[in-house]
Order: sequence, then structure tokens, then C-alpha cells
Amino acid sequence: MRFLSERPVNPSVGTTVSHESAALHATGTALYTDDLVGRSQNVLHAWPVQATHAHAEVTALCTEPALQVPGVVRVLTAADVPGVNDAGIKHDEPLFPSEVMFYGHAVCWVLGETLDAARRGAEAVEVEYAELPSLLTLTEAIEAESFQGNRPTISRGDVDAGLARSAHRFSGEIEFGGQEHFYIETHAALAHVDESGQVFVQSSTQHPSETQEIIAHVLGLHSHEVTVQCLRMGGGFGGKEMQPHGLAAVAALGAVLTGRPVRLRLNRTQDITMTGKRHPFHATWEVGFDDDGRLHALRTTITSDGGWSLDLSEPVLTRAMCHIDNSYFVPDVEVHGQIAKTNKTSQTAFRGFGGPQGMLVIEDILGRCAPLLGIDPGELRRRNLYTDGQSTHYGQPVRHAERLHAIWGQLHERAEVDARRAEVDAFNAAHPHTKRGLAMTPVKFGISFNLTAFNQAGALVHVYKDGSVLINHGGTEMGQGLHTKMRQVAATALGVPLHYVRLAPTRTDKVPNTSATAASSGADLNGGAVKNACDQIRDRLAEVAAGKLNIHPDDVRFVDGVITGIGFHDDGIAWSDLVNDAYFQRVSLFAAGYYRTEGIHWDGKRMQGEPFKYFAYGAAVSEVEVDGFTGAYRFLRTDIIHDVGDSLSPLVDLGQIEGGFVQGAGWLTLEDLRWDTSDGPNRGRLATQAASTYKLPSFSEMPEELNVHLFEHATEDGVVYGSKAVGEPPLMLAFSVREALRDAVAAFGPAGRAVELASPATPEAVFWAVETSRQAAAAAPAPVGATAGDGQARPAPAPVGS
Amino acid sequence: MDPIEMTVNGKVRTGTGAGPHTSLLDWLRGEGLTGAKEGCAEGECGACAVLVARPDGPDRTRWTSVNACLPPALAFDGQEIVTAEGLGTAPGACAVEDLHPVQRQMADRGGSQCGYCTPGFVCSMAAEYYRPERRPAESSAPDATGTSAVGEEHAADHETGPNGFDLHALSGNLCRCTGYRPIRDAAYALGSPAGDDALARRQDQPAPAPRHTRLSADGGEFVRPGSLEELFELLEQTPDAVLVAGATDAGVERNIRHARPPLVVAIDRLAPLRHLETTEDRIELGAALTLTEIERALDGRVPLLAQLFPQFASRLIRNGATLGGNLATGSPIGDAAPVLLALDASLVLASAGGEREVPLAEYFTGYRESVRAAGEIIRAVRIPLPLAETAAFYKIAKRRFDDISSVAVAVALRLDGDTVTQARIGVGGVAATPIRARATEELLTGRPWTRESAEAAAAALAHEGTPIDDHRASARYRSAMLGQALLKLYAENTPALEVAR
Repeated sequence: MRFLSERPVNPSVGTTVSHESAALHATGTALYTDDLVGRSQNVLHAWPVQATHAHAEVTALCTEPALQVPGVVRVLTAADVPGVNDAGIKHDEPLFPSEVMFYGHAVCWVLGETLDAARRGAEAVEVEYAELPSLLTLTEAIEAESFQGNRPTISRGDVDAGLARSAHRFSGEIEFGGQEHFYIETHAALAHVDESGQVFVQSSTQHPSETQEIIAHVLGLHSHEVTVQCLRMGGGFGGKEMQPHGLAAVAALGAVLTGRPVRLRLNRTQDITMTGKRHPFHATWEVGFDDDGRLHALRTTITSDGGWSLDLSEPVLTRAMCHIDNSYFVPDVEVHGQIAKTNKTSQTAFRGFGGPQGMLVIEDILGRCAPLLGIDPGELRRRNLYTDGQSTHYGQPVRHAERLHAIWGQLHERAEVDARRAEVDAFNAAHPHTKRGLAMTPVKFGISFNLTAFNQAGALVHVYKDGSVLINHGGTEMGQGLHTKMRQVAATALGVPLHYVRLAPTRTDKVPNTSATAASSGADLNGGAVKNACDQIRDRLAEVAAGKLNIHPDDVRFVDGVITGIGFHDDGIAWSDLVNDAYFQRVSLFAAGYYRTEGIHWDGKRMQGEPFKYFAYGAAVSEVEVDGFTGAYRFLRTDIIHDVGDSLSPLVDLGQIEGGFVQGAGWLTLEDLRWDTSDGPNRGRLATQAASTYKLPSFSEMPEELNVHLFEHATEDGVVYGSKAVGEPPLMLAFSVREALRDAVAAFGPAGRAVELASPATPEAVFWAVETSRQAAAAAPAPVGATAGDGQARPAPAPVGS
Repeated sequence: MDPIEMTVNGKVRTGTGAGPHTSLLDWLRGEGLTGAKEGCAEGECGACAVLVARPDGPDRTRWTSVNACLPPALAFDGQEIVTAEGLGTAPGACAVEDLHPVQRQMADRGGSQCGYCTPGFVCSMAAEYYRPERRPAESSAPDATGTSAVGEEHAADHETGPNGFDLHALSGNLCRCTGYRPIRDAAYALGSPAGDDALARRQDQPAPAPRHTRLSADGGEFVRPGSLEELFELLEQTPDAVLVAGATDAGVERNIRHARPPLVVAIDRLAPLRHLETTEDRIELGAALTLTEIERALDGRVPLLAQLFPQFASRLIRNGATLGGNLATGSPIGDAAPVLLALDASLVLASAGGEREVPLAEYFTGYRESVRAAGEIIRAVRIPLPLAETAAFYKIAKRRFDDISSVAVAVALRLDGDTVTQARIGVGGVAATPIRARATEELLTGRPWTRESAEAAAAALAHEGTPIDDHRASARYRSAMLGQALLKLYAENTPALEVAR
């Protein structure tokens, strides 16, 4: 892999190209899983019977009335499962449960000739429940000590000593909300069985190999009897990493039992009420600073709300714990993690995978403590940035920490932070009812799956006799532009124009045993594999060309579809001619590529290691305006500098940065999941289960001015063509928005006061924070810096893990 | 009876498969036109948006974007529809790339990532592209956010492009991937339609006439009556018939709550429900005019309505939704009702027996209940003139574009010098129905419009209604927002005082 990051002359990577399906998207001709239904005959439609209790035993299930409904063909229950009745990898997720664990849990599925028939059938199924006690909130679960999975600790140094030598100590707690993925395409699967019993499932899945494995174990088949294909997804964001498996298995089971194609597509209500979301978290913390505001020690216990089953909660927690430092060096650290078990959907992967939650804790701490330290929050952050030679609390050296400082400095200048700070202050002095806020926050995000084994990928590249190229790889396309990048990688590695290269849909019978397209790693891993396959073919072709040109194979050059050698710049062989010659010389024109990330290791028992290949860096400055009458706000301007290494595809990377940022801003400000936590009959029901009640950002939430720059001269050694992963890290640039809101809220009150802000910071939450600021202003004016902050006012959290 | 047929992308298709409960979206997808997607099934995400040919006066047509998931397919009998597939062609097997200018901009500027919402965005954008009133701005708008202009109370307007593109055209389309900036850039880069643009030329011809559609299937019936008399007859025969214009509420009932009424009656093209008349002492708005049509026709003449429209759902919804529908469903938070209450509006209720006029303040009787009798319809809304001089509408919601209010407050004050001679305050979201804040109105009447009065009235208004806690807001916040509305109104009307204070 010595040459992995080196770019040849005139590479396709790094050029600005549109998404490879952009024209299909715009004309409505790009096909998604559920668009395929009309292309099959005799399709059956599936509809779930959803539980109406947060927690209950199913004491009776009578499916007979459903079968009386015209058009109903079959009801699928636990009794129909030939293999293992489980939809997960931890064996804690029964596909057809006898104990419903959350409101909306699917008890059984009805198959009908039409969707309407299946729905009416589902309404006719009679289920009797014996209600059981339920836990809904994190607070309830922590009190009841309802935990699941392991309870790890990451520590370094001596926190007690660190706190003891700290001039300033604060403690506090925070609880913050989760997030619904709200991919616009809901979950969908379409299953067929062929004449030999081979099961073929089209699924909107980020993890076709695992979807295949789960289908196989539910059906009692071997993996080679099940093929999963994903054409593309209408968004995934982590929500289709684990969650599609059971749904695909239900469709496959229906197809096997009826011999007919079965379509399962969740409507929006079903999707929101049945599938997992970003984990909400609760954290208690104790922190110490020196007189200059440098962090000395941090002790924290973070508790995620895992919902009813483990799903990916353990690795999500691990990533949260590994990202509790964000970009800041803390000498003495003790992080305890635990996963609450509640009667809600099983929370799952969501862009950032716990990283954002861990980072929110430290950003909240810094945002709250800065006024108490009398230090500008931006300056406090800058002072604590990692410097070269320092390591994280889990033992990984922070390579290229100088980039954090370079990005910070460049952004500070480019966004004119000092001048705008003065303008904001002047504006605030002149406007009693409207205040603006400005804040700058950094991002450091570790790239690779924490679990080392997942950091491998495969590809299959065919060169046909006419010179055209078809690539398969194990990654899935969910809009992030992976396929666009992979075409550019293949075109670069083979030295051919981009239009020679075509990409085939992701299928488990082409590339086996793939990892999820997740952890931002899609381009790194699959790019490595595609390049490896292309390099093999190119090396073989170089031998052929070397013979023709009478030069050493190492001196052969492949550029823009013309093969030349050193000294042959005025002469060359056309790619298609060389390929044809190679065929007649019986040289293989296809190759399987493989890539494993080198130089990473994670010890999950000790919670120490170097799990990440590298860190992605970035920073953002946001300016907001808050209406003091209502708490409503507008995002005025955001400036971002983000490190994507040497970009594989600048338009794609820009899209990931901006989209991630806005999605993060949605999580932190707008998106508000509310469950019925009353003791009434709807206890446990998700109240925000539609687009009308769960609001994600629209045009009105994009910053009116958005300036994004890619960090320059950013070659990353050891990664495909010097690039860096980009899917998740930009989401956390949105902390700048939350901190800017905090800054604006503070402007309604006296200086030197810690401002607490709920998350999500909805207009209502901001209004109450503004009210608290105004009350503080109305109280007797206190000297700057002497006001007791809320962080100080609380008693220290009880010692944990001792 | 003529066969049911729809012209889609220039090709006539028979309405086979469309029953009274089939949405336009499901029918299109059943026809193999899978470009339009279902993202939410309640008109909130716009992934299903398509263009329909709507009348623009008697002689012209306007390509109008609507959510295909809401209206019944049968409502388009004899009508023309264009989907993303019909706007342009992607390169493919035996197909040469021929993208529409809107599609070209979206594709080139990174306007699509996963692509699922893109066909809907393309249709919404195309409707605005063809909007006849769209003109490039006279002078290019400043690019700065206004942050350097310290004197500005609010940030500069970034909602209209240099090409006159109104960003509100896209307020009903959600994208989860891009963060919207490239989509806005695509919209603002659009030029004007070429002279030979077929869809632009189509707008110069009259819209297709409505058909007298009648079809029974799936245990239900769909009828488009030709006259009010026929409508009243249908209502007499089937009292639980559902009337639809844009079906922006009925479509949600069908999709989400699986309502399957025995009879669906389309009234959106009935002439007596579609006139707009201004006399010296009133404005009369036909109940089946769409909100977009009213917005265009009034053109700011009623400032309270002009404040309401951009905040009322989205362009996609306003292109179908009507005042009649909004008041007939009687939602306690329907944003039109508080405004119309502040405007002192009344409703013209019509039935086979004749017409009567009912003040809106006496119309609602309980949660989604009203004085409207069986067989009676809302024919028109009347707004008395002259309008009160000082008026404002405040909508409190989580999101600025396309959200449902937690509280909506409309205030209209008539002033004689400094003295309030009449106060009308309409409030939504704090009771089972939209209400008039009568105690606050009384308190204000006869008082000078001063800070003290505003504060006293704000305190009173905060106690009106019986707000509840729910997923949108707490009761405490709702009450607070009532009071804040009056304080804000006062501050906005006396900015100099505020700054000097």
C-alpha cells in the first residue's frame, strides 16, 4: 500500500463531477427498491400488526379473522419461521415477538393481494396482551438500574489528582435528545424465490451482507442460497445499517412460504414507530481547569438510551466514549459508559455513531464554563486544542494535530471573527429584543470502524474486450456519492476516461462478506479494494504494453485511455487496442480486489488502542439571530473549513459537508422526538410520528450565507489517493450553531453567567433560556465573573465506578 | 359517460385502476411512472410533487405544482399532468440526454445526493420557472447577511433570487441530504423559458375544462358535480359525503387514517365557489379559490392575509388548499381562522334552501364542530372594509417554513389618534377551536396604545384560552407566546422608543 495515496498524472479523482446518477435523479428515472414492484407479476404486499402497548406479553394471537378479509393470502407468525426467529446479531431481537417491547412493535405480518387488503387484514387480527411495567425515559431507566450490554470505562491518569490540582472545578449534568433518520425513502424490500429455491431480495440496505446473513438464519438457509441486492437508497444515514434485516427477512419468508414475490415497504408512520433512531444520552460530569482555562481533568458518566434491544448500542457507546474529548487534550480522564434499556424503538447507528453525543458533552461543558472562567468560549476552545505529540485518553497519538490549529487560524481569519464579534456586540447593544450570537467550534473525528475486523473490503473489476470497464464493490450508494468516487478511483487507477467505467449495483453474489457502508469508511475501504483490483489488471496490461513498446513494465504509463512509456510521449497505444491484444495473449482482464486498513488495533477489553487510521478535522463559525419575544431564531451565516485530505470528488465532498452540517443543526435545534410518557392508554406511543409533527430542517434552516472551504494541501498518507473520509465528521460542525445560540441567549443577560441550553434548542427551549437570562439581568447587577453558574450550583455527582 | 382519462406527459392514459380512494400518486406509480415518490403521504415532504395544468383566468393555463399524494386521481379526469419524467430525458439505452433547464441545473450543481426527493424538487422548481410573474430583480440583491449593517433589525431577505425565483416555491419540499444550498443555487441560476419551450407555450392556451366525472368502485363513489344544485342533491342523498378541493386534509385522512368515505365530491372547479369580488365595504373570497389564487389576486391588499400566506403550510399545499376547506375542517390551529377572526370576517353558508351569513366568531361550536348544518356548504368568506390600520399575525412554530403552529395570534387594532377604538384578536392553538380573545379586546378598547396598555393587554391575553402540553409546545410556552405577541406588536410599531429606552 506504499503507493495508495499517490496520484498519477491527470487523475480522474479530484475533478469536479456530478453524482453519477444525477440525470437519473432529476428525471425521476433512478430506481429505488419500491419502484421495482410494478416490474414483477403477482406481488403480495405486507402490512404489520403493531402493538398498542409499551411493554406486554402477547397472551393470544388470533389470525383467523384476517384470513376472512378478501384479498388476504397469509399471516406470517413465529410458527412459520423455519430457522431462527431473530432479526438481530445479538439474538435479542425476536422477529415475531411473544413479548412486545415497545409501542408499535410488529407482532405479525399480513400478506395481501393489495396493500389495502393487507392493511384491512392486519386490522382484523386479534391480539390479546397482558400489560407489563414499562420504562420510557432515561431518568426512569437509570433510577431503575435498567441497563443492557457492557458498562465500559476508559481512563487515563488520576482524575482525583487532576481535579485536586485544578484551580477551577465545575460539575453538572445534561440530557439530550435523539434524532430520527428521516431518510426520505422509507425501508423497503422485495423478495423473490427462483425455481431452485434461491432467494433473491432487493433491499434498501447499507449492509447487504448482514441482511443476507439474517435472512439466511431466519429461513434456515446457507448464505449461498440468499442474494441481496441494493440498487441505491433514498438516504440511509445509519438507519439502514441494522434495521433493514428483519424487514427483508419477513419479505423473504413470505416469498418462500407463498412462492410469490413479496413487497414490504414501511409507510412513514410505520418507519418512525418501528425503527431505531439516534441514541439520546444523559451525562453527569466533573471538570477541572487551571487559571488559563486549560483542561486538567474530566470525569463523566454517560448513559445512552438504547431502547428495547442492543442492536448497535455497544459500539455506539464506545465511539461516544472515544469522542468525549472532541479536539481537546485532557490529561486525566475517566469516562464511564452504560446503556439504558427502555421500552422504545431499538436505537441504532446514525451518522456520527455516538461521536456527536460524546462531543456534545465536552462542547456543552466548555460552553457553560467559559463565562465562569471569564474566558471567551472560542479562546477557551483554542487553548485546549490537541498539539503534536499528545495522545487521546484511549492511547492513540493525535497525528496531524497541527492541522487543527491551521484550520482554526485560517477560519478565524477567513470568517473575520474578530470584526464580526464587534459587530455582533454593537448590534446587541442597540437591540433590546433581538440578539445575535457568534461561535466557533472544532471537530476531530476518528476514521475506521472501532471494531478492527470490519476494516476490510472487496471489489470485482471487469475489463471487457472492447475496453469498457465494469466495477462491483461491496459499498452501497445512499446518496453520499460513493459510486461516483469509485468510478473516479477506477478511472484513475486504469488511466482511462471516466465514461469508460460503469458501476454495477451492489450484490452479495459479486462481493461477499462486506462490511456495512458506514463509519464514513465507504470510500477509504472500497476505494482501496477497487484500486487494488484495477492495479492488478493494470500491471498485467503493463506487461503486454511493455512487450509492444520494448520497455520495462514499470515504465509504462496509463493516461486518459492512452498507454505510453517513458520517452514515448509522442506515441501510444489506445486502451481498447491494448485490452484486445491482452485478451489474445490470454491475459486475464478481471480481478478481485481486496483492502484491509493497516496500522490499527483496538482492545475492547482494556478500551485502549489505536482504532482509527487517522482523524478528520474541521471547524465552523456560525452566526445566529434570536427573537427575544418568541425564542425563534435564524441562521445567518456559517463558515466552514474542513479537512477531506486531497478530495476524491470535490462536488461530492462539498455536498457531504453542507448536508452533514445542516443535519447536525437539525439534531441540535429542531428535531424533537416526543413519546407519550404519561400513564394513560397511549403510554409509550411516539407522538412525533409523521412529517407534520417531526420537523427536519427545510429551506428556512439553511444558513442564509454558507461558505465552505476544503482544507488545502491536505494529502493523507496511506489512504486511497490521499483522501479522507467525509460522511460523518461534518455533522459535528453544527455545534457552532448551538454555541452561537448560547451566545445570543447570554446577550439577554449579564456577562459572566453560565447559560444552560436544552438540546434540541427548539424555539421554546431558547425562549426559556432567554427568560432565565433576562431574570438574571433584572436581579441585582452582579460584578462580572462573580455570578454563580448553574454548573457550580449543583452538587458534585456521586462517585461512580469505584 | 366518457371514459376517464388523464393526459400525462403529453400522452393520454385511461384511468384504469383509479378508484374513489386512489391518490394521484398511487395511480401514477401504478402506471409505471415511479419518478414521483411517497415520502410522508401527508403533503409535508414534496417528494410526490407533480405539475398540473390549472386555469389562469379564462384564456390561460398555469403549470401548478401539487402534492400528488393528496388529491384523488379521479379529480384529474380530462386534465393534464407533467411529472419529472416528462420534463426531460436522462441518457440511457437508446435515449439521448435531454434535460430540462431545471433538471440541468439540479444535476450540474450537486442538487441531488440520494435523489429520492429530486423529482419533487424538480417539479416545484419548474412551476416557479414557468411562473409568468417571475422577473429578474431590478437591482441585484446584496449578498451580505446584513450582519455588517448594524442598524438592521433583521437579516436581509434571502428568499428571492436575482432571477426573481421565490424560494417559497420550494418550501414544501424536504431534502435530507444536501442541506439545500446547492438546490437554492440551482433555482437562482435559472434563466427564462426559451421561446419554443412547449410547456411555456402551453400556458398561453386555456386550461382543460373540468369534466362531469362520476365513478363507483371499491365500495365508494367519486363525483364531480357540474353545478351547486347537483352538489346539494348529492349532499342530501349522502350526508356523510366528503367534499374535496385540494384534498389537503381529506387526502391525509385517507392516507394516514384510512378514511374511506362512501362518496367523494370534487368541488374545486365549481364557478360559484371561485369568484373574488371587491366592493366598497367588503371583499368576498370564493370558498374554493386556492390560497395561492387569493394571494395572487389580492397582491398585498389585505396585509394580515399577506402576512399569513407565506406562513401557511407550503406553496405545494397553498396551490391546492382553500379557505373553505380550512374552515370546514375546523382545526383548532388552522392558521387562517385566527387571521379571519381578527379581520372580523363572516362566512356565507349555502344550501338547497338558500344562503345565510354567519360571523366567523360564531361559526365554531366545539372541537371540529360548527354551526354548519348537514347539507350546507361554505360558499364564500367575506372580509369587511375598511381594514384596521394596525395589524399583525404571529405564528409560533418550531420551523419557519411549513410547520403547524403551536400558537397563532392575529391582532387588528383600529386607532383614533393614540386611542384604541376597536380591537380584534384571533387566537389558534389554545382551545378546542380558534377563538377571539374577547377579554383582552375589551381591556384594550378605549385605552391609549401605550407600553402600559400593551403590557396590561399582554398579561390578559396570556390567560385567554386553555392551552395544553403536547409534542409541539408546553402549555406554559403557549400562554407566554400569547402575551409576547402583543408586546412584539407594540415594539414593532414603536421601534424608536425601544431603542431609546
